[in-house]
Amino acid sequence: MWLGTLPFFGYALLFLFLPAGQVMVGAFRDVEGGFTLDNLRTLFDEPYRTGFRNSIEVSLVTALVGGLLGFLIAYSAIRDRTPRFIRSALTTFSAVAANFAGIPLAFAFIATLGTIGVLTQFMADLGLNPYDHGFSLFSKTGVELAYLYFQIPLMVIVISPAIDGLRREWREAAASLGASSYQFWRHVGVPILMPSLLSAVILLFGNSFAAYATAYGLTAGGVNLVPIQIGFFLSGDVLDNPHLGQALAVGMFVVLAVMMLIYLPLQRRASRWAR
Amino acid sequence: MRRRIAPGAVLWLLVGAAYLLLPLVATAIYSFKSNQTGTCCTLANYGEIIHDPAFWKSIRISFVLALETIVIALVLLVPTVYWVNLKLPRLRPVIGFLALIPFVVPPIVYVVGLLDVFRDTPDWFYAKPYGFLVAAYVILAFPYIYFALDAGFRAIDVHTLTEASQSLGASWRTTFGRVILPNIRGAALAGALLTLAIVMGEYTIAALATFDTFPVYIQYVNQNKGFPASALVLLSFGITWAAMVAIVLAGRGRTQAQVGGAR
Repeated sequence: MWLGTLPFFGYALLFLFLPAGQVMVGAFRDVEGGFTLDNLRTLFDEPYRTGFRNSIEVSLVTALVGGLLGFLIAYSAIRDRTPRFIRSALTTFSAVAANFAGIPLAFAFIATLGTIGVLTQFMADLGLNPYDHGFSLFSKTGVELAYLYFQIPLMVIVISPAIDGLRREWREAAASLGASSYQFWRHVGVPILMPSLLSAVILLFGNSFAAYATAYGLTAGGVNLVPIQIGFFLSGDVLDNPHLGQALAVGMFVVLAVMMLIYLPLQRRASRWAR
Repeated sequence: MRRRIAPGAVLWLLVGAAYLLLPLVATAIYSFKSNQTGTCCTLANYGEIIHDPAFWKSIRISFVLALETIVIALVLLVPTVYWVNLKLPRLRPVIGFLALIPFVVPPIVYVVGLLDVFRDTPDWFYAKPYGFLVAAYVILAFPYIYFALDAGFRAIDVHTLTEASQSLGASWRTTFGRVILPNIRGAALAGALLTLAIVMGEYTIAALATFDTFPVYIQYVNQNKGFPASALVLLSFGITWAAMVAIVLAGRGRTQAQVGGAR
């Protein structure tokens, strides 16, 4: 009976656990192959400390802003009085936009908000060139703007089922008891949605934290993020200690594993009200 | 009773539409600009791409990679998920947990270990995209195909179908091929289309393992030629769009489109 699952588990062992395990083990090796904690200790030195701080900051900002905007957009599309075709158009387009990332997304933002981008030139014609006011697309702010392009639609996709679970009867019951719209949200809507909102924001955080291609395509490595630093190690631009790249990878793994540990119980709680 | 759409809803939907559509419109405008003078309007960017042999080569590589990944992942997963649902339900949470691991080990972390482990393997595997990259892409695709298949299998009564088929004298092979497979075709198709979109857009592993796939070619054009990249970006968006619309149509709303891993 167990034999039937052998090909799958064999494949996972060879191509998932072996490489992942190699990273974990390698992070604790020194150049001669002995055990050391120095690689992990180096993560707290510059430039890696800044890398982690930037990565966490970008992920936090895009998860919160993307989460808020995504929720408002999803809720607007699902409300009773919004025509139904808007909802299906939004669902399909969100699935596309959430998958439209990496190099193409970076270029689309360069075409929009780069130094000679379409929106930049339009604003410059109005006398409001953003580059004269300290803005640059090739900065942390630029990376955040580009990440929002896949964060907002991801939020729409993840949160829509939870909004569907807010039953109309609850709102009517609250209204018939004299509750205002604010009181409904304060005492019913938000408490019920809270686990779903939190788990969605954590998902968004991990999504942004793990991203590499978009930031690379936008800044060619000009912004210090952990994935970019790992990329430098792999492409051979940094040659001193290969185990440091593995230590950076372990650092990312630890942050993402903590996120997953918070995410799973929240997700279980959130599914309680799902239809 | 008012039936008009709420003003707040209109505002947020417009904000969303602007944010999601503006970069596409800007890319489209860019694609008609001349690469030499930066003025409108010419089709030269499209011509340059179509006449570049490297374009055809890279898109062919990515497409074949996607097909190979889909076939291997389905051959590996369809029988496994069937068997687990039928005989080993206790293993379901185990595989479900395994399917979460790629989220904790994203491509940029994964590729570090991949390059390290397989550096000394023979050239027919390590130096060829159809060996090394496909092996990695099957792992990237695994969560998406698994969740699609698992939903498909839970929607049908595996036990009754299997027992009915066998009590009528069908062999395992007939049961699997003629009873089970037709019933989960929709789920398998959704997983396959999602995999297509993921592989056609995957940059991190391909670039760091130095293979010339379609996204790597886009980045090359982006860095060296500028404007013609916009034509490629629109094509890339079109591929993602076609795959997602096909999922929605194939599932007729039943299978929810999920999100992939090209970030």
